[in-house]
Amino acid sequence: MSLVPAAPLLEVEEIHTYYGKSHILDGVSLEVGSGEVVGLLGRNGVGKSTTLKAVASLVHPSRGEVRFEGRPITRLPAHRVARLGIGYVPEDRRIFPLLTVTENLRTGLDRHGVTAARKKELLDKVYAYFPVLAERRGQAGGTLSGGEQQMLAIARAMMLEPKIILLDEPTEGLMPRMVSQIREIIDVLHREHVAVLLVEQNVPLTLEASHRIYILEKGVVRHHAPAAELQADDAVIHRYLGV
Amino acid sequence: MRSFTGTWACSVEFLQTIPFDQLLIQTINGIVTGMILALVASGLTLIFGIMDVVNFAHGELFMLGAYFGVIVLAATGDFWLALVASSLIVALLGAAIYLTTLRPLLGRDPLTTLLSTFGVSLVLQNYALWQFGPVARKIQEPFTGQFTLFYLDYPWYRLVIALLSAAIIGALWLFLKFGTFGIWIRATTQDRVMAQAMGIPVPWVLTVVFAIGAGMAGASGVLFGPLVGVNHAMGLDWILKTLIVVVVGGMGNLAGSIAAAIFISLLEAYASLWVSPAQAIIVSFVVLILTLLFRPTGLFASTPR
Amino acid sequence: MRARHAVVYWTGFGITLALLIAAPLVLPEFWRRFLTEILIWGLLAMSSDILIGYTGMVSFGHSAFFGLGMYGAAAALLSVQPPNLGLALLYGLVGAAVVAGFVAYFSTRLRDIYFAITTLIFSQIFYVIIFTWTELTGGENGLTFRRPPLAIPGLFSVPFTSQTLHWFVVAVVTLSYLVLRRITRSPFGMVLQSIRENEARTRAIGYPIERYKIVAVMLSGLFAGLAGVLYAVQNQFAAPDFVFFLVSGEAVIYNVIGGIGTLVGPILGAAFFLLLREGLSRFFTEYYLIPVGVIFVAMVIFMPQGLLGFMRRWLNQ
Repeated sequence: MSLVPAAPLLEVEEIHTYYGKSHILDGVSLEVGSGEVVGLLGRNGVGKSTTLKAVASLVHPSRGEVRFEGRPITRLPAHRVARLGIGYVPEDRRIFPLLTVTENLRTGLDRHGVTAARKKELLDKVYAYFPVLAERRGQAGGTLSGGEQQMLAIARAMMLEPKIILLDEPTEGLMPRMVSQIREIIDVLHREHVAVLLVEQNVPLTLEASHRIYILEKGVVRHHAPAAELQADDAVIHRYLGV
Repeated sequence: MRSFTGTWACSVEFLQTIPFDQLLIQTINGIVTGMILALVASGLTLIFGIMDVVNFAHGELFMLGAYFGVIVLAATGDFWLALVASSLIVALLGAAIYLTTLRPLLGRDPLTTLLSTFGVSLVLQNYALWQFGPVARKIQEPFTGQFTLFYLDYPWYRLVIALLSAAIIGALWLFLKFGTFGIWIRATTQDRVMAQAMGIPVPWVLTVVFAIGAGMAGASGVLFGPLVGVNHAMGLDWILKTLIVVVVGGMGNLAGSIAAAIFISLLEAYASLWVSPAQAIIVSFVVLILTLLFRPTGLFASTPR
Repeated sequence: MRARHAVVYWTGFGITLALLIAAPLVLPEFWRRFLTEILIWGLLAMSSDILIGYTGMVSFGHSAFFGLGMYGAAAALLSVQPPNLGLALLYGLVGAAVVAGFVAYFSTRLRDIYFAITTLIFSQIFYVIIFTWTELTGGENGLTFRRPPLAIPGLFSVPFTSQTLHWFVVAVVTLSYLVLRRITRSPFGMVLQSIRENEARTRAIGYPIERYKIVAVMLSGLFAGLAGVLYAVQNQFAAPDFVFFLVSGEAVIYNVIGGIGTLVGPILGAAFFLLLREGLSRFFTEYYLIPVGVIFVAMVIFMPQGLLGFMRRWLNQ
């Protein structure tokens, strides 16, 4: 059975990154197909966040290549990568604290070639998915609760009409009740044919939500399998994550 | 309690010894200078807020604005055209300066940008000296005419400067608050990395903001020109005052800079009732020292930045 | 390895020193004075290297320290007759130290850019005070006075010639260099460098960094004041122009051009800048500062480690 899709949306090939003298990513390769949900697991500090940042071009790999829809994007500046259709939702959300909810959304919405009608459509859609945000649309982002900020961060990325969203530990610091909401949001994204590359510490959630899983250890991919396989046999999970 | 009322009574008595009309004149003078200072300081604050650059050459952009104003005025005889043209030229110059001397330094220690802009200010100062010579020039006021305030004549032009400066600052505020580019500027100021991740063309935004700040300094130069002689060293005084204003107002705090500019100018205007203008500047130094001692984040800092 | 380094270093030191001593014997008068001035400005730049290069604090306040050294010396030479070198040194150093303490108290609680801006404003404060307090300081015109003789009271008194003054300056600057070098290699100096590398960590380890910073500023100010005294003695006048913040800016320029954190680099930077200025002023008359400024900006962008930056580790061993 072929694990990876024929023409992957996103290809990461043997990327290496450094932080000063530390070698963070030591040849990471992975692929995400159109509309797929792919999970990236691993202990703290193995380079999961860095991998997402490298895809978003917020970190530039010193070696290796990242390709999106077949085109290399490794050397592109981050704002071009975003415009190509890669949404990024960072750890600790990082919504713009002094912009209102609407203004936060507009940072992704106000792009070339988007008509006013389409903008309204997108806004209405996202407010329908996240009624809490609709309620608070005039409020400054910094006054929202942690869970609300997480929703805003994801909604903001959705405003880019991306083909893939990079989610970095969306459940971190959230109450357990909100974890199921994140699960629903990932489902919504999947329904909208948006691919998801999900980095998470919450293993059960990742196994449930993803089609395939990569396990990272010390800057390299150590294991790669369909989620169903790992759900059935969790010895591998135990070995690499100790849970 | 008794000492309080005593001090109060003494102060009131003291204030009553100052002729009221002089007090009023100085108040207006203070507001006029304060508005121009606010215009210059806003540009500096805007630039600092978005890219952590203290633009040492800001005073020279002010000075060049005044000189370009002189040139355009001499060529066309139209003050308002001179104002607009000069601001645009200085804005473009600002963009050029940013692209050549600041963009390459963006990732590095912010102190290198201070050094770089310092070097640029030296170049611009001496360029002005070279091109225009050491003799001061004059910009003619667009209209003369005064109105009577009590039994003194106060020039209309000064009031117009204050109003115009306020209008420009107001336009800036509106621009930042509404409109896509305003959102881009604010987002980039708050989180440059995430702004990029949201597809905002940050390099372009930074260039434009520097140009806007430069243009505002240039406009201030033209507006202020008729009040004093235009010479190559006029930027030095202004960069000093502007830096004080920006620190007192809270670095990166736009509203704070404006408030601090008016506050300090008013105090200096009142002080010049007793001492010479050269010494009145000590007032701003004192305000700075007090701010550093008691509220180092800025006297008018409303939100912690 | 260590021994070989020491041999090379001290040989280089000796050669340079010998050249400096021999210079006035071969150079014409103009260049003799020029060299002396290079050394004095070099001392000023070296003093600011303590802050910039070793503690990581860019200061624009050195013109105040330099100026107070100069005016302090002027005060001694004008108020006490016959003019006394030792007294000039004393007044100048005390003046500079007091100002340095004052500036240090306010500025060291601030970091980075705020520190730089505040020190700049403080040097302007002193400029304005000196400029406007005409009765005391001569205002715009400054003060002129006679040069004191080289004297140890009770033993001998010999007026300075241009040559002997040069040797005196060489001696003072060399001594200052050795003292500062010793200090930067002492435990105190190590803490300063640690502050430069990572202030938060140094504080977390338990060092009272504010106190270290204040001492660093005062040390720096002291040697800047010394340079001011030397300048006063050499040129026999004191003027407010030297307290204007542009002078601090020039000191910083010498540091950047020569290489921060090397102590010797700033002296070379001063030499480079002054020679460049002298050379270019022949071609560009008054506007030589334009190409000089351009070169400076280019160096900040492309050669931030300065001329001697590549030797920084080696010089500090």
